[in-house]
Amino acid sequence: MTAAHSYLEQSSPPGRSGWKAWLMTHDHKRLGLMYLWAILFWFVLAVFLGLLMRTELMGAGRTIMGAETYSSMFTLHGVIMIFFFGIPAIPAIFGNFFLPIQLGADDVFFPRLNLLSWYLFMFGGGFAVFSLFFGDGFPDTGWTFYVPFSISSAGNVSLTVTAAFILGMSSMLTGLNFVTTFHRMRHKGMGLMKIPLFTWSLYATAWVQILATPVIAITFVLVVLERLLAIGLFEPDRGGDPLLYQHLFWMYSHPAVYIIILPAMGVISEIIPVFSRKAIFGYKGIVYSSLAIAIAGSLVWAHHMYTSGMSDVSVFVFSLLTFLVAVPSAVKVFSWVSTMYKGSIAMSPPFFLSLCFIYLFTVGGLTGLVLGAAGTDIHVHDTQFVVAHFHFVMLGGTGFAFFAALHYWWPKMFGVMYRNRPAYVGAVAAAVGFVFHFVPMLILGMQGMPRRYYDYLPQYETGNFLAGFGAYLLVFGLLLMLLNLVLSLRGPRTAPANPWGGTTLEWTVPSPPPMENFTASPEIKDFPYDFSEIVANSKK
Amino acid sequence: MASTIDTTGVRIGMWIFLYSEIILFGGLFVLYAVYLYEYPELFAQGGKELNRIIGSLNTVVLLVSSCTVAASITAIQRGKKGQAMACLAFSIFCGLVFVVNKYFEWGAKIDHDIYPNSATLQDGEPGLNIFFGLYYVITGLHGLHVIIGMVLLSVSLVLVHHGRITASRYAVLENSGLYWHLVDLIWIFVFPLFYLVL
Repeated sequence: MTAAHSYLEQSSPPGRSGWKAWLMTHDHKRLGLMYLWAILFWFVLAVFLGLLMRTELMGAGRTIMGAETYSSMFTLHGVIMIFFFGIPAIPAIFGNFFLPIQLGADDVFFPRLNLLSWYLFMFGGGFAVFSLFFGDGFPDTGWTFYVPFSISSAGNVSLTVTAAFILGMSSMLTGLNFVTTFHRMRHKGMGLMKIPLFTWSLYATAWVQILATPVIAITFVLVVLERLLAIGLFEPDRGGDPLLYQHLFWMYSHPAVYIIILPAMGVISEIIPVFSRKAIFGYKGIVYSSLAIAIAGSLVWAHHMYTSGMSDVSVFVFSLLTFLVAVPSAVKVFSWVSTMYKGSIAMSPPFFLSLCFIYLFTVGGLTGLVLGAAGTDIHVHDTQFVVAHFHFVMLGGTGFAFFAALHYWWPKMFGVMYRNRPAYVGAVAAAVGFVFHFVPMLILGMQGMPRRYYDYLPQYETGNFLAGFGAYLLVFGLLLMLLNLVLSLRGPRTAPANPWGGTTLEWTVPSPPPMENFTASPEIKDFPYDFSEIVANSKK
Repeated sequence: MASTIDTTGVRIGMWIFLYSEIILFGGLFVLYAVYLYEYPELFAQGGKELNRIIGSLNTVVLLVSSCTVAASITAIQRGKKGQAMACLAFSIFCGLVFVVNKYFEWGAKIDHDIYPNSATLQDGEPGLNIFFGLYYVITGLHGLHVIIGMVLLSVSLVLVHHGRITASRYAVLENSGLYWHLVDLIWIFVFPLFYLVL
């Protein structure tokens, strides 16, 4: 295959050239790249916001910013990390690029809708940027926009929630596209139990995207209407109940964290078998647990509200349901570890990052039990313990899985091999920095340090100071990995079709793939993780 | 890409989109349910202040328009372009009647100082404020969807006129029809919740 035949050179629909060939593309692979650059921009921006926040916290009293600025910082950090990174990153970049290929299809079912999803993502981003610089400045309400403060606050709340609304539409349409593609465009011979686990995870995620996102849409519409019209639906003296806002908000935002983690788990389920040279343990268990997490995770939202004034019965019910969600998650962790047992381990950057995921996510999940149990939650609610918990699962989890996915699929997407040494150094720095940054927060939280405060009592200063060093090491590691990947693009396009020995369909096409994905009809294996050929070839 | 269109897939996509619209209104119905439990007598009192005749008329208008939309699809399946266009035009007209009725209803309420953050609602019973707050938000959002539906039906009308929708290719018409049925269905829930509260 000549280089000119790859999707990077050949446009879909055919005949376009220049910027139109990208901005009007129907090609899911090009859209994946367009999302990649946009999302990396937002990610790096939010990382720096986090670093500024933690620098402020390194010293007692005002260090580099005041209270209102700090409030806007954590709001912006949260809004970007959740809506612009966490939720879209893996589905929009790797899902778009690889779901069709893993199914043996030539694109998603609705390519033009896919393009619309990207435009909605960029348009929403424009709103968010606009809200930063114009009017009364960025909101200081936290990304949770709790009433009544979000209704009375002077900042650009309406613009920001509108940006999130638009991104929600983008997310819903992507979910719709993936479900339809999954059901209608599988290659002949690929039954449900032959679909790769990454695609299965995207399928489960897609249903959550479709069914949960409209709830946040209507919630944000109500915030805007309340700000404009002062109806009083959430105000006690006008007959309203502020708790109902919290219910509506979390009815989406809890499933949202499963949108964030399920595709990440799908990535890990792909990487572990390849570098263990062994079929995934418990394929069906992983499929069913993905669906179980999607369903059960939609029933637990009020575990964010134990101290908000709900009835004791509600607290009990939601605590019980929250414990149930841990079960399918544990099924996956046990399956990954069992896959590695008696496997033939080959170390690589994506595998190392996946191992970090398994450890960090497990710690995060265990701290989640402390929060899910209502009794212990009372002690640590709204403290740094919560902040550490969700960073363990969303950064230690999804963040590391995102970097694992980048390192796993980079050769396929761009046809280049990056240098391993900087990847390992960056990954180790990120992992060590992560632990030194967030473990102190677990302790500080248990000692009573609240979250979303720019200052604290003197006894918390040492912990915050030390945690700051972890932050800088973590950021150094993340940036080193990104720099290594980006610099690899200057190198020659010599990556083989299957550098890692993978068995799913994307490794049967050239790196980078041709525009139409498959030049010959793909051969569907009986089982997607059959390594017998790979092992046999390596023995030669 | 396949040269034949996978109409089942197109239908799946449309139905998924409709589910998302149902959940969108679902959030508002959740609010209604909780507040109805909180203020049953005041909701009944508020409901009595709404005009059941106009409400019933709007219900009938939307039901008939849904029927004519379905008829337009049958007509195009039989190749009867003129019939299809007439049915569509009638449906759009029904939508217009609905929106005009809504304008008069809202106008009457606003004249009586019943609208979000009005003095009457601020000083009156909180339960009534919630009832009418929900009334404006839900019927407003629904009215917006009626207008969107009318736009979709108008687009379909133009495409039928230009021969772009035919007996062998009518997905746009069918999907616009489905959207219209959804708009009708949501009203079927809205009407008893606000006009028939006892």
